[in-house]
Amino acid sequence: MRADGVFIAVEVDDRAAADRELANKLTEVCPVDIYAQRGDGTLEIVERNLDECVLCRLCLDASPDGAVKVIKRYDNEAVLV
Amino acid sequence: MRFFEYEAREIVKRAGIPVTDYGFTTDPAEAGAIAKRIGAATVIKSQVLSGGRMKAGGVKFADTPEQAEAHAREILGLEIGGHLPRGVLVDPRAEVEQEYYAGVVWDGTRKRPVMIFSPVGGIDIEQVAEQQPEAVGRRHFSNVLPLSDFEAKEVIASSGVTGSALNQLVPILTRLARVFVENDMTLAEINPLGRLRDGSFVALDAHMEMENEARGRHAKLLGELGVGEEETRQAREATPFELAGAAVDAIDHRGVAGNVTEFDGNLGLVIGAGGGSLTLFDAVRAHGGRPANYCEIGGNPSVAKACGLAKLVLSKPGVERIAVMMSIVSNTRVDIVARGVVKACLELGYDPAEKIAIFRIPGAWEEEGFKILERYHVEYADRSVSLNEAARRAVEKIEEGVAA
Repeated sequence: MRADGVFIAVEVDDRAAADRELANKLTEVCPVDIYAQRGDGTLEIVERNLDECVLCRLCLDASPDGAVKVIKRYDNEAVLV
Repeated sequence: MRFFEYEAREIVKRAGIPVTDYGFTTDPAEAGAIAKRIGAATVIKSQVLSGGRMKAGGVKFADTPEQAEAHAREILGLEIGGHLPRGVLVDPRAEVEQEYYAGVVWDGTRKRPVMIFSPVGGIDIEQVAEQQPEAVGRRHFSNVLPLSDFEAKEVIASSGVTGSALNQLVPILTRLARVFVENDMTLAEINPLGRLRDGSFVALDAHMEMENEARGRHAKLLGELGVGEEETRQAREATPFELAGAAVDAIDHRGVAGNVTEFDGNLGLVIGAGGGSLTLFDAVRAHGGRPANYCEIGGNPSVAKACGLAKLVLSKPGVERIAVMMSIVSNTRVDIVARGVVKACLELGYDPAEKIAIFRIPGAWEEEGFKILERYHVEYADRSVSLNEAARRAVEKIEEGVAA
């Protein structure tokens, strides 16, 4: 799944998005509430908060390598590493 | 924050400065009763925050309680400067031999309070200072160190007052200066301060203003005076534009993007950082620019807040462009502000390159911020460009637009 703001896009692979435990972790670590859990516990990306991303990398640290990508749309789609 | 006269009189009274046996009421019948208690001729004064009460018919003289009641009824329904009075003050008509002036005001340039005294009262002190400068004594004093009676004595004596009057006036001015400091006032004025036939002194009118930011420190006093937390008590009511600015600032807890003041120019300002707002506003004016607003941004506001503020300013009728400028920031992220202002332009259907005259915010995360600005072709400046130069460029761009 991918969601785009004006400046920031977030891409989460489908397997990770379905992982309720990971969804819970991402919801907890993001300081600007980009992640939330749906009623069934799976991951939801809150589009209205995407541009608030502070590039803190906490979501990257909380998830398996490559499962979550934070993309800087203003920087030729550079992926935050 | 301004006080009504009846509140200022109460503050003066609590400080131990003699006042007349006045009464405040919102009820005409009670005004009559107060006049009866006074048992002499009275003056009925409208309690409004705007000036020009006398001219507007807000001050009337009464010889009997019945007259006092009738005048109170009339004054309570009389709008002055667009405001109905809070109530009326019923004051004895003191038999005054001479009117004096005593005041303390904050000197923003010297960053110290200054005591002012004159034996010529009842009129604006500015007028006295212009026409009879020798009749005005003044002296700065410390708002940190203890205040000595001697300081007040020197001020009063320098205005030509001597003898018994001098001795009686010293504690009045000293107490007024203490009231000023203890209550974080920006102005504490007794005008006129009357000398009665028996030689005693009494405050006949008082005008006080408290530093708005200090309201929290004086909650007890304000509560006792009945000043509501919702009352702004500013020189004028906030405009819808300014209220909208406050609403933007209240979107979330992050940083500041508000304190908006409306002006009628064509250059919108999104400015801030540790006094940067004032400096930049002045710089724009010094270069002949006409700001559409003043505001303060800092403390790392959210993108939503920066966006909301920029949208508000951009939407103001007459605004041609905005200038986004701050001094070097360490606790505000450049990229977050850049996202906010660019997003504001995009959401309003404007080209950011066209609408943002200049973006001059150097500091934390500037590399990311500048990438955003480059992506949208917005002219930006780093710390090698002074605030003054950035303001000049912004004004120049507006003038280019006008010329074209």
